[in-house]
Amino acid sequence: MNRMITCTVNGKKKELSVDVRQSLLEVLREQLGLLSVKQGCAVGECGACTVLLDDVPIDACLYLAVWADGRSIRSVEGENRNDKLSRVQQAFVDEGAVQCGICTPGFVMAATSFVEKHKHQKVSRYDIRLGLAGNLCRCTGYETIVTAVQKSLDDDDQ
Amino acid sequence: MFNFKSYAKAGSIQEAIQLLEQNPEAHLIAGGTDMLVKLHKGKAQFDHLIDIHDIAELNFITKNDDGDIVIGPLSCFAHVAESALIRKHIPVLSEAILTIGGPQVRNMATIGGNLCNGVPSADSATPLVALNAVVTIEGEDGPRQMPLESFFVGPSRVALEQHEILTAITVTHDNYADYYGHFHKYAMRGAMDISTIGCSAVCKIEDGTLQDLRLAFGVAAPVPIRCKETEAKVRGRKITPELLTDIAKAVTADVRPRTSWRAAKEFRLQIITTLARRVVEQAILNAGGTIQ
Repeated sequence: MNRMITCTVNGKKKELSVDVRQSLLEVLREQLGLLSVKQGCAVGECGACTVLLDDVPIDACLYLAVWADGRSIRSVEGENRNDKLSRVQQAFVDEGAVQCGICTPGFVMAATSFVEKHKHQKVSRYDIRLGLAGNLCRCTGYETIVTAVQKSLDDDDQ
Repeated sequence: MFNFKSYAKAGSIQEAIQLLEQNPEAHLIAGGTDMLVKLHKGKAQFDHLIDIHDIAELNFITKNDDGDIVIGPLSCFAHVAESALIRKHIPVLSEAILTIGGPQVRNMATIGGNLCNGVPSADSATPLVALNAVVTIEGEDGPRQMPLESFFVGPSRVALEQHEILTAITVTHDNYADYYGHFHKYAMRGAMDISTIGCSAVCKIEDGTLQDLRLAFGVAAPVPIRCKETEAKVRGRKITPELLTDIAKAVTADVRPRTSWRAAKEFRLQIITTLARRVVEQAILNAGGTIQ
């Protein structure tokens, strides 16, 4: 049940043969080796598999790989530029917004989309929590994550 | 890998109808956030899928020449909630949609999928039922329309024949112009949760009287329902604190909540009476009314 699809993954054009029964999560991990995309709950509740599809966050576990045809996908692997972390990634490091790490790539992608959407807007910590409501973290208690996002929004030099 | 046996992709409404006719066992898959969860859990009745995910003619939000708001069923929740048209004319729908899932789910899930899934907790259903929304259904015999309220026939059952597909959700101008609304979802968490009770009220006021009220509840019966008896009782009454008390008392006759693992019937009734008062009060305030 295979189909050919063409999509852009982290800026690079890919032609892939995917089974129609495969999730985008499976294709990204198994065919492209993008292991930052985690399977947590597999039913769209935890956000560990969050990637950006045409710059909008989705759960890759509940998205058929064939639907990615003609679209662009971003995962954590493609976020650094010239060996430098993205501003969101750097803010997560600076604020210690990482503990066990399994939710982190999903959080970074959800946060990246939130920051891109709300650049130069005034947002409250509550707004950030709403923006990250599709991601679960069982370690940090979220405070450092919210602070990291706030910092990424404030950071004007990049 | 998801476990289904056949897959066909439809590029248009006509193609979807033809594919449904060809395979009586086939199910449509749109945004996938309900279907893929069921498939993940190995539900055998979804062996044959017709993929309507990318039918462009079903993905739109417009206002027609008569001023009616028409929503394509493949519009994802995020697009509906953020649509300038929806926020301007029927903001109660945006309010309700923003309580569904989280951002990722709202970027994938479609409004038509939420309605066709037919569960009593569908949060996009109560504002639309309160707005007297009409659904357009197309099948081999051409299009037909019916009130959304009668589209819901039972738990997880809607009035679609096997060869039919939902093609539009319409809120006519006379059903939203001069109406103001409010929505509240009672759930255990602020996000990623299923409604224990959902409530939408839409009202029209004039000179301190309630000209019209339309009150809808989710999870208060096997399908999303309207409180028709309560609405009839209070239409035309002066807006006073007693009016709100009477609404809260009257709704219990309109609803039929059940006990589930999520909440007991008695608890649901308690929430229903509380929300009836609060949501109607806020809808009246949104309409510029005062309660005195």
